[in-house]
Amino acid sequence: MATVPFDRSTLPTDQPGQRRKFDLGNAIVRVLFWLLVIFILIYTLFPFVWALLAAVKPNGDISSTPTRYLPSKLYWGNLNYVFHQRDFLYALRNSIIASVSTVVIALIFGSLAAYALGRIKFRGRNATLYVILAMTMFPAIAILGSLFQMMRRFELYNTIPGLVLTYMTFTLPFTVWVLANFFKAMPGELEEAALVDGSTPFQAFYKIMLPLAMPGLVTTGLLAFIAAWNEFLFSLTFTNTYAARTVQPAIASFRGNSQYEEPWGSIMAAAVVVTVPLVVLVLIFQRKILAGLTAGAIKG
Amino acid sequence: MSQGQEVHAGAAVVAAAESTTIQVSDAPQASWAKGRERLAWLMVLPSILIVAIVALYPLIQSIRLSFTNARLASNRAVENIGLNNYRYLWESDTFRIAFKNTLKFTVASVALELLLGMVVALIINSQFKARGLVRTAILIPWAIPTVVSSRLWAYMLNDNYGVINDVLVNKLPSAVSWIPIIGDNLAGIFPEQKIAFLARPNLMLPSAIAVDVWKTTPFMALLLLAGLQIIPGDVYEAAVVDGASKWKQFWQITLPLLRPAILVALIFRTLDAFRVFDVIYVMFGSSVSTLTLSIFTQNTLVDGDRLGRASAASVVIFLCIGVFVLIYTRLVKVEEA
Repeated sequence: MATVPFDRSTLPTDQPGQRRKFDLGNAIVRVLFWLLVIFILIYTLFPFVWALLAAVKPNGDISSTPTRYLPSKLYWGNLNYVFHQRDFLYALRNSIIASVSTVVIALIFGSLAAYALGRIKFRGRNATLYVILAMTMFPAIAILGSLFQMMRRFELYNTIPGLVLTYMTFTLPFTVWVLANFFKAMPGELEEAALVDGSTPFQAFYKIMLPLAMPGLVTTGLLAFIAAWNEFLFSLTFTNTYAARTVQPAIASFRGNSQYEEPWGSIMAAAVVVTVPLVVLVLIFQRKILAGLTAGAIKG
Repeated sequence: MSQGQEVHAGAAVVAAAESTTIQVSDAPQASWAKGRERLAWLMVLPSILIVAIVALYPLIQSIRLSFTNARLASNRAVENIGLNNYRYLWESDTFRIAFKNTLKFTVASVALELLLGMVVALIINSQFKARGLVRTAILIPWAIPTVVSSRLWAYMLNDNYGVINDVLVNKLPSAVSWIPIIGDNLAGIFPEQKIAFLARPNLMLPSAIAVDVWKTTPFMALLLLAGLQIIPGDVYEAAVVDGASKWKQFWQITLPLLRPAILVALIFRTLDAFRVFDVIYVMFGSSVSTLTLSIFTQNTLVDGDRLGRASAASVVIFLCIGVFVLIYTRLVKVEEA
């Protein structure tokens, strides 16, 4: 992130000139500011930390009153249990297959369409872009029933390919829209150079522009992966056994041996297993994600 | 909030952040132009076909089914029953409750997210040492799947051993009682008994709203931050020269210039919150106290096996959201070529 040349904030900041004389009002504002920062950090981080702790607490700690904050000892039983749960392992496998396929398919078709929409002038282009933009906000619930009927008719109900097909409703328009903006922003000279070299328009796309668009593909692919990995409604509705059910509905319905007491230890262990890889990915790619979210705005 | 929505959220943030115009770069040379136009259609076609099959056709089908008595698990001939499904919804108390809950959820969560998101965005936008840390930290709730967030908060809100109750009933009162003079009075404002957040009907929807706010505020903050960062610094320089206070600067410069970003964020979050499903379904299933339009629809379809009626409910949701989508596509302009 570029350094900001001038303090744009409306909140108190470190300005050396202001600190010479002790200013009570300023000091109070600064204390409040830092309290707010600490509060935000606790608010955003504590629940995740709490889940991590619960995943390694002995079951007695989890349901103890008064609440036990730190584990009395490290206990791997719940994580161990989760990794020996057949249905959960199947759900993990299904989620990985479904999410990866979704990303691959969305990127292949999405980058093709995005290149055309971002760089080629053709009739119907604006109309297509409007449809794509509107589709990025398409409410999945509006087609739940008819999709269900369609899945049944083509025997896609409770299959991973069926699930991947429905995931296209939200990943494909999104991929096309983001990548179209990405291609649009690339310099045109490169295509001209390709033309001079005698490439066909399609060669210019996949030999020159596509490799250069790799950062955009990675960011878009990551966002599509997160979306597919976290999807709940379609998986809940269109799958009913471990053959295709993904991790989100699996965690939503995770039950232990006792029907009276929620098995929070194993629920949290399962939750940590499906969340930690995601959090790590987001932290690794945070600059890309933030840049993707903010870069465009600076242009506008 | 379903994860499907997350992707929409992603798209919209990028789109909103782009808030721009897709403009065609001039084709290098005329000889390319014709071949390129054909190529363009060939490249766009597969995506259009997929979208048509998995979204546009089902949408038309939903509208058609909404006028029938179709079921999923029945071979009985499907009859056209006109507006009966819509009439049923109009007269149904359950549907009315779902509508009200959805509105409450939408208004409350979007308002809170805007308020909190603004505070977080302003903080990240100012210069201080832990700025990068805060920016990273707010990505965590965003990265956690909604289903996981719901279960995690259900665990934290548990009325026996939940950590929130422990903090409210034990930790905070004893922490503030150390403050001289007013300490005991302060401690008195905290509840004496643990609160059954997840069982008391009047606290269920607010609990779900709290989870949604936790999960989605980061997103709002990033959206507003993007808006804050395009406000040119010299505007503030001029204000400082004029001796305007920080407070005045916020109301007279930041807020007016941030208006487009706020508008996009509001519309986007509204249509997102309106179709809320995951967060509530995972916490409360289809309990009436927290029933929303999406949960009503899913239930009618899967448990009730009323394809026609569920489709009618779908169409109602679609029409409500469609209004927001129209406003939104007007804001994000596609430049005429």
